[in-house]
Amino acid sequence: MTRWLPYPRLSVALLALWLLLNQSVGASHIALGVVLGFLAPLVMANLEVPRAGWRRPGAVVRLAGWVFADIVRSNIAVAKIILRPGPLCHTSGFVTIPLELRSPNGLAALACIITATPGTIWVRLDSAEGLLVIHVLDVIDENTWIQTIKNRYERLLMEIFE
Amino acid sequence: MMQTAAMPDWVALLTAALLLLGASITLIGSVGLLRLRNFYSRVHAPTLGSTLGTGATLAASILWFSVLQTRPVIHEVLIAVFMTVTTPVTLMLLVRAAFFRDR
Repeated sequence: MTRWLPYPRLSVALLALWLLLNQSVGASHIALGVVLGFLAPLVMANLEVPRAGWRRPGAVVRLAGWVFADIVRSNIAVAKIILRPGPLCHTSGFVTIPLELRSPNGLAALACIITATPGTIWVRLDSAEGLLVIHVLDVIDENTWIQTIKNRYERLLMEIFE
Repeated sequence: MMQTAAMPDWVALLTAALLLLGASITLIGSVGLLRLRNFYSRVHAPTLGSTLGTGATLAASILWFSVLQTRPVIHEVLIAVFMTVTTPVTLMLLVRAAFFRDR
């Protein structure tokens, strides 16, 4: 099982992806999807990607809800900054956040969240010390940002991935 | 399968509203790319287009084609998934290059 199907979830996801792309559940598409779901994870196994355990489906749903709400909110916030007439007034800057999250999959998910949210970008991560540097378009209070990232995302990501 | 002319009014109106919303948000993002002053601030702006801009446009497409073909058409969600998963890679490369240059 683990030798021939190193990432069962990835295999299922690839099959679903293939069927969605072709918009069909015909036998030939299922057959090709199964081949894809079987071969691609074997390549992944050579890259030694750590397996993700999704132990808390509830936390995944809550995290998705937070991320969606924050994306909408920060879209509006960034649009306001851009559309405000006159010279631009916002204080952009770097914020350093000490992270306890160590799981590579969790960090990858955090990178996607931070990048997908307008107004914050991931700059660099010192993985030895767990220091994450992000750039924020409108830093009003540095501590609010640190607390938001830690309490809202990091805690849920640690529940999901660690 | 329905004809385009036979589409109910509410579908046409909602699709038009979603498309306009998506296009406007993407436009605001592009204006931001022009208006903001330095590299780090600039890269924030196009994210508007890649999140809500894309989202509203995809929602319009899902709605229109689901009603037109009288079956759920949801493969557009893959576009959103691929964009969310691939954007960090390019963005991190750009930002790290800028960080290296400024050091």
